[in-house]
Amino acid sequence: MSEIILTPLDQPEVPLEASNIKPDVFAGKTIEEIKNIEILHGNTPVKLSDFFEVTGESSKNPAELKIIIDGDVDRTKRIGEGMSTGEILIKGDVNMYVGAEMKGGKITVEGNAGPWAGQTMMGGELEILGDAGDYVGSSYRGDWRGMQDGTIIVHGNAGNEIGEYMNGGKIIIKGDVNIMTGIHMNNGLIIVEGNAIARVGAEMAGGTIVVKGIVNEFLPGFEYLGVEKDIEVDGQTIPGAFYKFLGDHAIKGAKGTVYVAVRGNGHIVP
Amino acid sequence: MELIIKNGFVYCPQNDIDGEKMDICVKNGKIVESVSDNAKVIDASGKIVMPGGVDPHAHIAGPKVNIGRTYRPEDSKKAAAKFKGGRAGSGFSVPSTFMAGYNYAKMGYTTAMEAAMPPLLARHTHEEFHDTPLIDHAAYPLFGNNWFVMEYLKEGDIDRCAAYASWLLKATKGYTIKLVNPAGTEAWGWGGNVHGIHEPAPYFDITPAEIIKGLAEVNEKLRMPHSIHLHCNDLGHPGNYETTLASFDVPKGIKPNPAVGSRDTILYATHVQFHSYAGTTWRDFESGAPEIADYVNKHDHLIIDVGQVTLDETTTMTADGPMEYDLHSLNGLKWANCDVELETGAGVVPFLYVPRAPVPSVQWGIGLELFLLIKDANKVCLTTDHPNAGPFTRYPRIKAWLMSNKYRMEYIEEKLHSWAQRRSSIATIDREYTFYEIAQVSRSTPAKALGLSDVKGHLGVGADADIAIYDINPETTDPSNDYMEIEKAFENASYVLKDGEIIVKDGNVVKTREHGRTYWVDTQVEEDIYQEVLADVERKFKQYYSVNLENYPVQDAYLPKSAPVKGVML
Ligand SMILES: [Zn+2]
Repeated sequence: MSEIILTPLDQPEVPLEASNIKPDVFAGKTIEEIKNIEILHGNTPVKLSDFFEVTGESSKNPAELKIIIDGDVDRTKRIGEGMSTGEILIKGDVNMYVGAEMKGGKITVEGNAGPWAGQTMMGGELEILGDAGDYVGSSYRGDWRGMQDGTIIVHGNAGNEIGEYMNGGKIIIKGDVNIMTGIHMNNGLIIVEGNAIARVGAEMAGGTIVVKGIVNEFLPGFEYLGVEKDIEVDGQTIPGAFYKFLGDHAIKGAKGTVYVAVRGNGHIVP
Repeated sequence: MELIIKNGFVYCPQNDIDGEKMDICVKNGKIVESVSDNAKVIDASGKIVMPGGVDPHAHIAGPKVNIGRTYRPEDSKKAAAKFKGGRAGSGFSVPSTFMAGYNYAKMGYTTAMEAAMPPLLARHTHEEFHDTPLIDHAAYPLFGNNWFVMEYLKEGDIDRCAAYASWLLKATKGYTIKLVNPAGTEAWGWGGNVHGIHEPAPYFDITPAEIIKGLAEVNEKLRMPHSIHLHCNDLGHPGNYETTLASFDVPKGIKPNPAVGSRDTILYATHVQFHSYAGTTWRDFESGAPEIADYVNKHDHLIIDVGQVTLDETTTMTADGPMEYDLHSLNGLKWANCDVELETGAGVVPFLYVPRAPVPSVQWGIGLELFLLIKDANKVCLTTDHPNAGPFTRYPRIKAWLMSNKYRMEYIEEKLHSWAQRRSSIATIDREYTFYEIAQVSRSTPAKALGLSDVKGHLGVGADADIAIYDINPETTDPSNDYMEIEKAFENASYVLKDGEIIVKDGNVVKTREHGRTYWVDTQVEEDIYQEVLADVERKFKQYYSVNLENYPVQDAYLPKSAPVKGVML
């Protein structure tokens, strides 16, 4: 695999928008050509090399190309947006929309990610080793056609409205989440290994949510189906005892499933 | 400022000009007989010259349009544009104000009407007009569910109803008497709807038929430029063509009486595609367009616009509140809903006309059936009921569909569900519109229907110099086969002139901030009755309205180019 290394220079106060940072665009270009790739500084088009030092070796085939961002890019948005193949490794924090509308390949963020990571994801893998902001794997604002496929793994905590309008794929949050995880979810799987504050699965019509930690408040629109042990989701077994709910009956004909660990959650069952 | 457009193929139905090669002279914003040798020359040889387009029914300004914009950021994402020297904008089915003005201008349209203005929110509508550049415009205040109207008509008091209408038109700077689902939107305030035209509104106990007839009488009494503008009851319901035919019959016999223009009809029925459905449910749904077209062919008291489905993802918005609730129940997408105190209501729901789905493919067929089965293009206006059946930016495509049977068959055979041919007759119709007929449905017919045919929709001496020049050579282009060229040319006019000024050149907007005229109707009624009605209005404002009467009328300052159209004394 060839590697291109982007070393961030000073991150500007007005953010950069860099959906061109992806193997699909870099492949087949010389280092000089990559330096001249256009990104946006606010609404002004600038060259990639205005804000990044570019080294390494490109490849003709984007699937054989790994872009390494060697440092924090906490003022750069849309890295890897719409990428279909290859790899991106961000060795620091990243701003909003990392991996939005991603179709394939892999993005790894070693630091924290801003909101909207993996928005409307179609495929591929997005792994965030730190925390993520709000709207991980959600739909575009206003849209009812959310994440279709692919996997998002967040090792730290995540914010509000994870997997909004999710239609497929998998989101795993190893830490805690805020409110409204899986809101309007139609299909797919969300696993929260930590705690969730409230409104898990609000207005979900389908799909599965598993919370292994504590849910402070649970919505009244769910039907309690009893305790299940060592649950089977997405072809794997999750050990432990879980309360099982069906809902959200705030929506007509809803068939969503929420599992919440028995341990520590006695307060949410009827 | 003098200008001469040389050697174009001119299509001007109002003056019976059918592709004749001739020059058009412009002076001081008007079309004139001749100009001096100093006139600026536009060479239109090998090109088509038509009057500026007139859209008689669209939703481009006001509160429901703005709700469409704010609650559909995903629609804004679909289309964004930067105009050199102008304002940037976004939105595919609900474009921002500036973008709407620019998009109309690019297609050679110079007049577009907002077809539903809640009177209480007239100020908002005019504010958006203020930011919709270039095109002349007017707004149609809603009367069909108004408490004053229903009470006066219930008492059979046409004179007082006319005096109230006269006041409201002045107060809101409105242009027509618009009815949307008469009695039905009020019924929605009580959680219901009316079905057919003989079911009364709750409490007011007046039927749609009585409201339609009463307001048609009021309209002619006030000598309005336009007839009543009717959105029939039962919109979008299978089997509704019977309600539509019954509604068409209601005002028959009333004499047209306009003070200006040359309108000879007393009913304008809008987006008739949505009202031409046969069958009883969505399962046995089929076209009722042949029956409707037959009625229009046989009667001279009405004129229609189509509301052509363009097979896009769009945003529906209408004062037909219960209908929007039905739609939301049908497609499960987000729904906005509003009641406007004492006056009307509205709803907004996104809609996807998926070509491969059975119902939209029939709806597409029904619209085109109306265009093609109504024999006389003087009786049909081209609309999409923007954005309800599709965005107005698809007009060029509709024109190409109308001009090319081959283009239609390509859709029927390759893109549409088989219901298009099984449940409508569109596949059996091979009529193709001529350029002359295109100029009729998009220019002369709507201008005449609106009472604006003295100044709009034609290129005769004295008309406003609103002119569109398209890069189509009718001697070498065969619309039947070259339909993509036709569509492209109508999308991006070579030149557009507004009041004699070049506003579009080579498909680009070159004048970006000019205000259009706001047409409104200034009618006079007998003073005694007017004062009595004003006293009524004052009392009702104190009793029911949440605003003061003094804060209600739109000030003149809201209309930078105010264009009152006079009615006369009763
Ligand atoms: Zn309409």
